[in-house]
Amino acid sequence: MAVKSRPRQALAVATALGLVLTAAACGGGDDENSAGTGDCSTYEAYKHDGTEVSIYASIRDAEADLLEQSWAEFSECTGIAINYEGSGEFEAQLQVRVDGGNAPDIAFIPQPGLIKRFADSGKLKAVSAETKTQAEANYSADWLKYATVNGQLYGAPFGSNVKSFVWYSPKTFTEKGYKVPTTWDELIALSDQIAGAGEKPWCAGIESGDATGWPATDWIEDVMLRTQTPEVYDQWVNHEIPFNDPKVAEAVDRAGTILKNDKYVNGGFGDSKSISTTAFQEGGLPILEGKCTLHRQASFYANQWPEGTKVAEDGDVYAFYFPAIDAAGGKPILGAGEFTVAFADRPEVQAVQTYLASGEHANARAKLGNWVSANKKLDINNVQNPIDKLSVGILQDASTVFRFDGSDLMPASVGAGTFWKGMVDWINGGKDTAGTLKYIEDSWPK
Amino acid sequence: MNFDLADQADKFVMLLGGLVAFVVLVGGLLLVLDVIPTKLAERREARLAAAADAGVPIAPGAARGREGWLALGFLAPALLLLSIGLIFPAIRTTVLSFMNGDSTRWVGFDNYTWMFGQPDIQNVLLNTLVWVLVVPTLAATIGLLYAIMVDKARGEAVAKALIFLPMAISFVGASIIWKFVYAYRSGEQDQIGLLNQIVVWFGGEPRQWLLEEGFKLNTLLLIVIMIWIQAGFAMVILSAAIKAIPAEIVEAAKIDGTNAWQMFWRITLPAIRAALIVVVVTITIATLKVFDIVRTMTNGNYDTSVIANEMYNQSFRYGETGHGSALAVFLFVLVIPIVIFQIRNIRKQRSEA
Repeated sequence: MAVKSRPRQALAVATALGLVLTAAACGGGDDENSAGTGDCSTYEAYKHDGTEVSIYASIRDAEADLLEQSWAEFSECTGIAINYEGSGEFEAQLQVRVDGGNAPDIAFIPQPGLIKRFADSGKLKAVSAETKTQAEANYSADWLKYATVNGQLYGAPFGSNVKSFVWYSPKTFTEKGYKVPTTWDELIALSDQIAGAGEKPWCAGIESGDATGWPATDWIEDVMLRTQTPEVYDQWVNHEIPFNDPKVAEAVDRAGTILKNDKYVNGGFGDSKSISTTAFQEGGLPILEGKCTLHRQASFYANQWPEGTKVAEDGDVYAFYFPAIDAAGGKPILGAGEFTVAFADRPEVQAVQTYLASGEHANARAKLGNWVSANKKLDINNVQNPIDKLSVGILQDASTVFRFDGSDLMPASVGAGTFWKGMVDWINGGKDTAGTLKYIEDSWPK
Repeated sequence: MNFDLADQADKFVMLLGGLVAFVVLVGGLLLVLDVIPTKLAERREARLAAAADAGVPIAPGAARGREGWLALGFLAPALLLLSIGLIFPAIRTTVLSFMNGDSTRWVGFDNYTWMFGQPDIQNVLLNTLVWVLVVPTLAATIGLLYAIMVDKARGEAVAKALIFLPMAISFVGASIIWKFVYAYRSGEQDQIGLLNQIVVWFGGEPRQWLLEEGFKLNTLLLIVIMIWIQAGFAMVILSAAIKAIPAEIVEAAKIDGTNAWQMFWRITLPAIRAALIVVVVTITIATLKVFDIVRTMTNGNYDTSVIANEMYNQSFRYGETGHGSALAVFLFVLVIPIVIFQIRNIRKQRSEA
């Protein structure tokens, strides 16, 4: 194949970077997690000279470059050339490629529902014994469950994100004397205080191209985890209770007390209907102009702030934990992440899959910046920005009650279809809560 | 990322290889199919001449049989490609439409009852109907009126170019342009959308146009984009047809004292009837398949989805191949009568000519 030149280029960059990092690591007198030593002995077990492995995922642009850098040394030492391809149409195109007999060797799939579909149709290969050992050592059973279908493990978790965050401006908070709310009641009291001053406390946006609606499903899931127990949440996601169960309606209505409240939203954009036409990338930006104060969005929203914005506890923007309603239930966390699944079981493919599940890779990738993973071997000192550090800390905290993004667990026709669409109609006022939930329930595949 | 030409050399070599292969294959095929018949014809003529000289008659059937094989030779590549690219997928889609989401089980007509039973899919079908009724009618009418108005007027070329320009823009590009026309900002902010700015100038409140579901307003606003693109196409074809009306007829009508109204109904319209039908049929088929505009503007949200968009979503995004296939088959069924009408029309014209 004809694409050998790019990895080599990336390799040069990565090697240079590796050297710098090594220097830094040595200076700190810290030679643990030394993923940038240029020493190939670490990779001895993975060696498969002159082979190629293709990887397909939805990660693109700058983040894709970082990914390629993160495995450049592995690639050089083991002789396994990794051809990475990122696509904005990943979910639809993966299906097309698999159906067309042109499946990638490895895919990073962010939806357990999709993993189940491919596994059920016999397209996916179960992981090798080495990958399984590695994954079980590095990830909690909760996380592994999402890539397990019929008792078989199909992949290890990879990158992750934490969704239960509310973004705010520490500067504004100090200026106006607001306090970071730690309970739901404090959050509502703060919202009322801001609304009372004639300002809009919240801003939100759920437009996201053909994925329009997903940020609203995160809202519902996050509130659902707070009004109900994690067990009820699981029942809801697995369709053991109907989608329009009164417990779900309660959560939707509670989210509605913020999202559909014209006194609360939509700072800087218009009335509550404008949520459905505001791009999620722009949703929180009015915080910087003081047009709104609060924006519930995942850890990865850190990448959306304009260049020069300081993301830190004492900076322009930061995020606090979206408070629990009942403190007795612990700290529920909504999150998501990709899983490395393989469509081929050649030894070099398994070697790459094993490496990606290892602590070495997680640390090598974290050092390059913008990385959160639930990998237990990930050293928090290697994580670059403060919000990523906070996220990794939460993910590694044993007392955290973690639940995976519900819409990603549901069948695609609901989780990526009617749930998204239904939320758009709900925000719009096209359907009320009962109508929306019934519409979604009716669409659940039989 | 910098682009290094030398690094990409092997891709260019591959491209070149492909081109050479294409030339060799297609050129070779044409050569074979051209040279052999000529040779055969020469030989046959020689044989006929020889036979005529000798006074022996030759049965005509033998030559015709060979020509049949030859015709097949010409048709075979096209037939092969058609069956791979069109006929086989059509059969497969039809089969899949009677199976479940992941094509593992037969479900009979379930996908079709789903299609006509779900309120939101009914709405999709209704939207498609609105598109098919409005777009061809308005696009053809606007194109025709424009063609007549600018005909022989001063600056005709410029006027025509102006309305033809949107044709050159892709559906997605056009949609992005119109997204800005319909863009919304709340009342207290500066408007960035043209339509809302106009509303504000007249003292109105800015509206979120694409959310206005009443009277299918948002669907109609999307339809405007399609008309904007297709009116130029209609205008060009119809203008050419108008110019092809024999001058004598127009002359004679003028001498007979027809007014503009009579000229239009009695002379122009009957004379360009064939071209008008082609325009309407072409635009109708394009409208039935409309996908890009809806996907770019709303992705089918706010009750604006159409069959092609829903088909893509069901098949590729939701993994409901059965639902998607049923929608595809239905779309196919909708197009068939139009195609038959067009074929009959062409036949009729040919027999008249």
